[in-house]
Amino acid sequence: MKRKVFVIVAVVLCSLMATLGYGQQKPSELKVGITTFVSGPASVFGLPGKAAAEILIDDMNRQGGINGVKIIPIFIDEGVGGDKLLSEYRRVVQEQGAKVMLASISSGSCNIVAPVAEDLKVLNIMWDCSTEKILESHRYKYVFRSGANATTEMIATLIYVLKMKPDFKTIAVVNMDYAWGRDSWELFNAGLKVLKPDVKVLAELFPKFGATDFSTEISRLQALKPDVILSTSWGGDLDTFIRQASQRGLMRNTLFVLPLAESSLERLGAALPEGVIIGGIGDHYFLHPETKNDPAHKAFIQKFRAKTGSYPIYPSYHMAQALAALKGAYEQAIKNNNGKWPTTEQVADAMRSLTYKGFGRTLHMRQDDQGLEAQLFGITKSVPEYPFKVLDQMMIVPAELVTPPVGEQSLDWVKKITPAMLNSNQLKTYQYTK
Amino acid sequence: MNLNLCLTAICDGVSSAALLYLTALGLTLIFGVMRILNVAHGSLYAFGGYLAATFGIVIAQRGLPPALALPALVVAAIIVGVLVGGTLEVTLLRRILDKDPILQLIITFAVFMILEDVQRLIWGSQPYFVSDVVNQLGMTTVLGITYTNYQLFVLPVMALVAFLGIQYFLKRTRLGREITAVTHHREVATALGVNAKHVSLLTFIIGASLGALGGALASPTTSLVPGIGADVLVLSFAVIATAGLGQLAGSAVTALVIGIARAFAVYLMPEIEVLVPYLIMVLVLLVRPQGLFAAAEVRRV
Repeated sequence: MKRKVFVIVAVVLCSLMATLGYGQQKPSELKVGITTFVSGPASVFGLPGKAAAEILIDDMNRQGGINGVKIIPIFIDEGVGGDKLLSEYRRVVQEQGAKVMLASISSGSCNIVAPVAEDLKVLNIMWDCSTEKILESHRYKYVFRSGANATTEMIATLIYVLKMKPDFKTIAVVNMDYAWGRDSWELFNAGLKVLKPDVKVLAELFPKFGATDFSTEISRLQALKPDVILSTSWGGDLDTFIRQASQRGLMRNTLFVLPLAESSLERLGAALPEGVIIGGIGDHYFLHPETKNDPAHKAFIQKFRAKTGSYPIYPSYHMAQALAALKGAYEQAIKNNNGKWPTTEQVADAMRSLTYKGFGRTLHMRQDDQGLEAQLFGITKSVPEYPFKVLDQMMIVPAELVTPPVGEQSLDWVKKITPAMLNSNQLKTYQYTK
Repeated sequence: MNLNLCLTAICDGVSSAALLYLTALGLTLIFGVMRILNVAHGSLYAFGGYLAATFGIVIAQRGLPPALALPALVVAAIIVGVLVGGTLEVTLLRRILDKDPILQLIITFAVFMILEDVQRLIWGSQPYFVSDVVNQLGMTTVLGITYTNYQLFVLPVMALVAFLGIQYFLKRTRLGREITAVTHHREVATALGVNAKHVSLLTFIIGASLGALGGALASPTTSLVPGIGADVLVLSFAVIATAGLGQLAGSAVTALVIGIARAFAVYLMPEIEVLVPYLIMVLVLLVRPQGLFAAAEVRRV
């Protein structure tokens, strides 16, 4: 009897040690789940993001992966909708054994997966979504954002507009009717009220997500004649709006401010006039004034064009940042762990003070899991080198200047900003060069 | 100012109503004859749009005369109507005519989803935009608002031509009258010597071409993206449900009402613009469940 107990205890102890030992052992491969839109209208972002992931993971694996461990991507379609996405997410983590998730593009998807990642204790890098609310309302242990949040993006936009056209009196907004369209305007408008309270808002239009016709909105804007029209739309919606507005001459006398239009530059071609303010949702641009001659950036652009036929757009660059953060955090954690393969918790700890770099400026991860990503803007210009508009009078706004400090809520912080921001010596400007 | 507002809203409303009507007309015509609510109509719209855009690109690239651009839209619609519509009718729809309506709905919905993927295989997921036609035709300024001649004249005229053409065809030609007969009662018409099979095929091709024409005519003004068909389908359904299923002339009226009401909403209460078509539909159906223009029908057993 005693012997039987002894055997059982020995078996239990052995298996316990085996599992402990397994946790420290280097796996043969690292499975990374990546959610991206491969269907629906947002696939204009999802597919370039996916293409970038494939190129970059391939490159990483050819150089030995992470400390000899190969990265195996598992793609999940975000276009299937919330419930399905969630069950796919769980399946990839629990059944296929993904240790890291790169999720997601849509802020709606991020809202859904963030708490689940925390439950499953899986490292989740929000690689493209930007709602500031996720990380401001909760402290997560496993959830990070490798890019900027909406506050950084919209306050940086506001600074650039005020620098380029300080004297405007009226503004109208045409955003898509969903979380991002509403939230981005709320942040921009809150900042505008502080930095330039005399500006009158003539119209707040929120056409349906996926709207195919903006004729009526354009007629109304022609009647209202605002000095500035802001639109944070993207994809087909933005393309349609721009084409219809430029066909009907609305863009001749009004300054258009399009913070996401870096992703539409090549597609819009000659339809986009000169003199339009364009943003890159980060410092993302294939002609980034500080990194366009970096060999790594050049090689990436070349591979991306060979694979897709187009120049990389900001979701591709966001993917590059997220993968750089992933690799950097693992390598740092391995170093901290004396060369042994780290646990997810150790990787998360390493991530929390990480410095990493995609193809723009170097980024920093903060203690609240929010990445600090600079923002690039410019004004469209025609040049003989490209069949579409390029950016001139570019400015890079550093994230530190336009991001609320750790622990502060964005809308409270925006009320405290001052016009001194506009005179910061950190705002760097660049002209277009070949 | 208020009169100006009304006039511009009407201009905007009429052009969007014209596009909506063409698509809805096809849908309601098919329902009238075959008693099938064809969800795949949305795909026909999308295919028409994409094929028209492809023609536009070819015309621009090959340096063909730009005057071809407008007829190319119509040709694209007919090609899609005959090829895709014809194939659908022969291979699938005629086999499910006597099935449960719910099953028919599910089957056409499945076709819609399949075609949506086929469309992505052919044209990819990046937005298409080919607007040379619109730029060629120039602009007109009405009360200080610049409109494209395409939306101000071409779209309403096309819708009017389609409307009058269908009316003439159904009332004045032998084939049209056969279609009308099948609409009234399939079995009786068959007993009287009408070939209901031919009539169904023909109607489906005409209806499919009208749906594709809606897409083709919309293509120069909008970006073609995956999912574009779903949106139009839902709106067209709102139009034909409000008018009463199978009501061809009634659909024209409801398309106009919905188009103009949406335009007014953008001017006066942009927040409810998206809701307007459905508000109108709900209000009408509460009072007249059979639709605005349909006579209450005795249920055929």
